[in-house]
Amino acid sequence: MDHQDEEKKPKAENALRRNFLRAVGVGAACAGAWVSKTLPAKSLADETPIPDIPGYDWRKHKWAFGVDATRCIGCLRCVEACKAENGVARDAHHFRTWVERYVYLQGDDQAHVDSQSEPGNIAASGSEQAFRFDNRYQNAPVEKAFFVPKLCNHCTHPACVQVCPTGATYQTKDGVVLIDHSYCIGCQYCVQACPYGAREFNHAMGVTDKCTWCYHRITKGLQPACVEVCPVEARVFGDRNDPESPISRFIKNNRVSVLKPYTGNAPNVFYVGIDKEVS
Amino acid sequence: MIGTLAKAAPYVGYVYPNETDIPWSVLIVIYPYITGLVAGAFIVSSLYHVFGMSQFKPVARFALLTAVSFMFFVPMPLLFHLGNPQRAFNAVLTPHWTSAMSAFSYVAGFYVCLLLLEIWFAFRADIVALAKTKAGLAGRIYRLLSLGSDDVSSRALAIDHRFATALAIIGIPSAGGLHGYVGFLFGSVKAREWWSSDLMPIIFLLSAIVSGIGLLVVLYVAYSKARKVPADESVLMGLAKTLWAFLLVVLLIEGLELLEMFYKRLEGIDAVQRLIEGPIRYGMLLQWGCSVGVLVLLSVLILAKVRGRLLVVGMTVAGIAMMIGVLAMRWNVVIGGQELSKTTKGLLTYYPEILGHEGLLAVAIIFLCPFVVLWLITRFLSPWEPEAGKEVSS
Repeated sequence: MDHQDEEKKPKAENALRRNFLRAVGVGAACAGAWVSKTLPAKSLADETPIPDIPGYDWRKHKWAFGVDATRCIGCLRCVEACKAENGVARDAHHFRTWVERYVYLQGDDQAHVDSQSEPGNIAASGSEQAFRFDNRYQNAPVEKAFFVPKLCNHCTHPACVQVCPTGATYQTKDGVVLIDHSYCIGCQYCVQACPYGAREFNHAMGVTDKCTWCYHRITKGLQPACVEVCPVEARVFGDRNDPESPISRFIKNNRVSVLKPYTGNAPNVFYVGIDKEVS
Repeated sequence: MIGTLAKAAPYVGYVYPNETDIPWSVLIVIYPYITGLVAGAFIVSSLYHVFGMSQFKPVARFALLTAVSFMFFVPMPLLFHLGNPQRAFNAVLTPHWTSAMSAFSYVAGFYVCLLLLEIWFAFRADIVALAKTKAGLAGRIYRLLSLGSDDVSSRALAIDHRFATALAIIGIPSAGGLHGYVGFLFGSVKAREWWSSDLMPIIFLLSAIVSGIGLLVVLYVAYSKARKVPADESVLMGLAKTLWAFLLVVLLIEGLELLEMFYKRLEGIDAVQRLIEGPIRYGMLLQWGCSVGVLVLLSVLILAKVRGRLLVVGMTVAGIAMMIGVLAMRWNVVIGGQELSKTTKGLLTYYPEILGHEGLLAVAIIFLCPFVVLWLITRFLSPWEPEAGKEVSS
């Protein structure tokens, strides 16, 4: 486990949380005074305090993510970048993002599926801390094959938020699902409730973890780490409030789909080029 | 704090990478199991207090003490499982009401209070008598427990009985709510193929009742043996009939649910089939084998009007088998649900740790605690009728 990363991240997040909590306190007081003066009573419940992030107003954004599976080459730089950026445990059982490989051999009805955490691929990379897909299909009669990057879907109706007994995991105004690590009790009900396997348990802190779309970056005008490092632009991120943002154009110009729509979670990661077997 | 992942689950097929870290361990198997035992024991006491089934009078108070002894330890496996148990009260102080789990402390807390109140009314006359006769520390404790009341006139006793009955009437929906809640906790998880079922609360509730009756049979026989008095045949036969009726309904509902699932063959059914034939096959064999076996055994005992030692032995076997069968059912649901990957393309296998705070040893110790507490409570407050054998122990 990379201790530097492990320590760096909680500190950074603590600062963010402290600011956020301070904002909640100050905001609640101010909002009370402000609301009573300016707004009709019915808006009171909607008025969540604005977090104190310099130059950022979460009411002005609506983030979304796009994945173009036809572009992904399975290089796994996104996985590596995510682990480094977010201090994710450096083993084969904890990921905020991962990549799946779907391979149809001639005559097969069903795909052979694996991800970078599969033992064969770890043997190929030489370590759980390095990521690569092995060459097992080199001489096989492959009919169709593609990669599918996965991450938290930051759903509009997140089941994980619904089941959290303390409210430690919550939805921001700009459409991101976050976890307050100082309030999470570590019951892992949210891990159970996520249909996408996107949540993982941070054993060092005894709390649940997951992709934040690099909230600490996007609120500073940067791209999520995985989007930043993708060499083929298979990952697209942006603000749906801006019609010319990469994600708005991605959704406008493609026929997009989402994973497991029947769960009613209404995901905000939009896919292009996935197959019926991808779930 | 846990530190690192104790053991990653091996798997076949394709599972999401994070799934190899199984979220809910064997501790969460024992949690609904203990809760269920409470509900079952309580129902037996209610059969006497509310429904006036007088054959249960000899065990009605014992059933209450059993229920409360187990209820005390319901939160224990949950606390052992939490990543940050010191924050457990966050869920009490700021409950997030869309979560079923946020209701736990309120439902459980209410139920403990209700049990304690009902026990107080059921034992008040005994406590008053003991407060008057015992000296020293024990006497002082009894006087404290009597809460200043010393009226044991027949009018006061009638009021006690009315209160106990009223509390038992509130207790039945509460016990139902407590265990229905546990079923909802699992049944409402739409992400899990093997959990997501509208029938889960009712299956949990009914299986809880049969496991609790099983426990009560075993404890009653054991206590009778320890007290060197014969177990009351009408109690045992009454429990046999009650267990038979509840068990029949459980088996019907569980059977019908499986039948519907396999008849409809919705997407994911192949994975469910592989789960049943794979990781939980022995668990399923135990669950169904014990349940059907007990149903047959009880039918024979009831039809043949078996009496005496044979009835005691038969009911003890039925009680133990019922407890094992329901424990297997809890495992099959809690662990089985997590062994079936959310991809429906793979199966994991969960191996519990032996030591460690989520290991089998911890579970065994937690499960032993209510038995010890029950023994201590019955030493202090004898639930047995005086004519049944022994004087109140000090």
